[in-house]
Amino acid sequence: MRMRNLVPILYILFLMLPIYWLVAMSFKTTNEILSGFSLFPQTWTFENYIAIFTDPTWYWGYINSIIYVTLNTVISVSVALPAAYAFSRYSFVGDKHLFFWLLTNRMAPAAVFALPFFQLYSAVGLFDTHLAVALAHCLFNVPLAVWILEGFMSGVPKELDETAYVDGYSFPRFFMTIFLPAIKSGVGVAAFFCFMFSWVEMLLSKTLTAVEAKPIAAVMTRTASSAGYELGLLAAAGTLTIIPGAIVIYFVRNYIAKGFALGRV
Amino acid sequence: MKTQNQRAWFFVLPVLLLVAFNALIPMMTVVNYSVQETFGDNLFFWEGLRWFQEVLQSERFHNALGRQFFFTFMILIIEIPLGIAIALSMPKKGPWVPVCLVLMALPMLIPWNVVGAMWNIFTLPDIGLLGYFLNHTLGISYDMTQDPVAAWVTIIVMDVWHWTSLVVLLSYAGLVSIPNAYYQAAEIDGASNWAVFRFIQLPKMKTVLTIAILLRFMDSFNIYTEPFVLTGGGPGNSTTLLSIDLVKIALGQFDLGPAAAMSLIYFAITLLTSWLFYTLMTKDDNKA
Repeated sequence: MRMRNLVPILYILFLMLPIYWLVAMSFKTTNEILSGFSLFPQTWTFENYIAIFTDPTWYWGYINSIIYVTLNTVISVSVALPAAYAFSRYSFVGDKHLFFWLLTNRMAPAAVFALPFFQLYSAVGLFDTHLAVALAHCLFNVPLAVWILEGFMSGVPKELDETAYVDGYSFPRFFMTIFLPAIKSGVGVAAFFCFMFSWVEMLLSKTLTAVEAKPIAAVMTRTASSAGYELGLLAAAGTLTIIPGAIVIYFVRNYIAKGFALGRV
Repeated sequence: MKTQNQRAWFFVLPVLLLVAFNALIPMMTVVNYSVQETFGDNLFFWEGLRWFQEVLQSERFHNALGRQFFFTFMILIIEIPLGIAIALSMPKKGPWVPVCLVLMALPMLIPWNVVGAMWNIFTLPDIGLLGYFLNHTLGISYDMTQDPVAAWVTIIVMDVWHWTSLVVLLSYAGLVSIPNAYYQAAEIDGASNWAVFRFIQLPKMKTVLTIAILLRFMDSFNIYTEPFVLTGGGPGNSTTLLSIDLVKIALGQFDLGPAAAMSLIYFAITLLTSWLFYTLMTKDDNKA
């Protein structure tokens, strides 16, 4: 029994090692990093973090990312809600094909879309705006939200809808006051996954922005390539990107698996 | 039974428009490029299927596709059994379970470019934790930027680090859904651990494992950012996977025709897997 417990512990240790190294690096001075190997920071320094919080290019990277991620989450979940309801409750001409087509977009490689997206969003005048990235990320987040919500909604018995109609509820009132509270964990999970996939994606967000809406990922790559050896700064920037995910994941810890299974566990 | 209701289309319309805008218009662009040649200035010449022939016959594409399949095969063969093994050894309940789940899910929430950068810092030969340990403590010569084998091992280990938790979480969700009565019955029958796994746990995990395998297949097949940041496709072309090569051709060399043709071939693979995924998922829905 004790031997068995060792397996998850070792696995978590393995997961934490690179993260530890990133965090440790972020507290080291550039001199210390370049002068050789040290397991712990010898002289603790916050200068890397101070540099990020005082430089607008850096902290606007975070703000830009958070703006388009939030925008994307709101758009994805609000358009997905009625659609998921339709898929879970009604059958209509072409429903199965539509549901399948949505899935193919979740599976589509971002690399295929990079160039056409650049041209499309330049043509409609949205290039380098937060909205462009938020809309582009809808490509994979809307299908994901529809699938997850449909899974949760199908778990709610149809009798709930029927009773409400018998009681004289109109559809909007039923949906807002009875149905939404019944699937609120589903909405939370869908929102979490939209947040997550928009937060971690980089290829499209980098392609669709230049200056005004530049995400943190793009700021980081520029530092990595131009300044060469600002490893401490890069590590601090990386550490800061882990925090939002670490906070939100706590709220959905029991539903993570269901979300990854697109609502089907 | 679901109610027949054609007005449901109005509910689906916003999703349809939004996804169509994002998927169909770019797709048309890609199809357009795939059959034409351009020398800039918006001048296009009809090329028919030339690009498709060229891509399908080019050694470069064969190599990238080969590397891609090798990568996907390797990560599947490591992540799936490892994920199952870890899920099996997790406690069924207790105060530590949520802590474990959150810690395990953490790598999946890190932006992909940070994952690449993190592993880069982690594996630097003289100042990275792993690099230092291998080179100076164990005395194994390890430098990912020089040695293709080291680069390959690193991108595979990085993916295992990044995504094994997905398999763990899904398998674990399948395992906890097994009622205790099953285990009690097995105990009365004197079943071995292997028999319990083979005839109780594995069948119960079938759906979640199917999902895990297909998701990991798809996502690893589309992988771009992490290996690109870590190795840049090198040393040489040794870790240039399909997406990296595609972006190189499209944005680096601006060879739009071949890139578009390659995109469509890529898409065909995506479509096939999605269909498989869909069929397996909905088959299960109908049974329930």
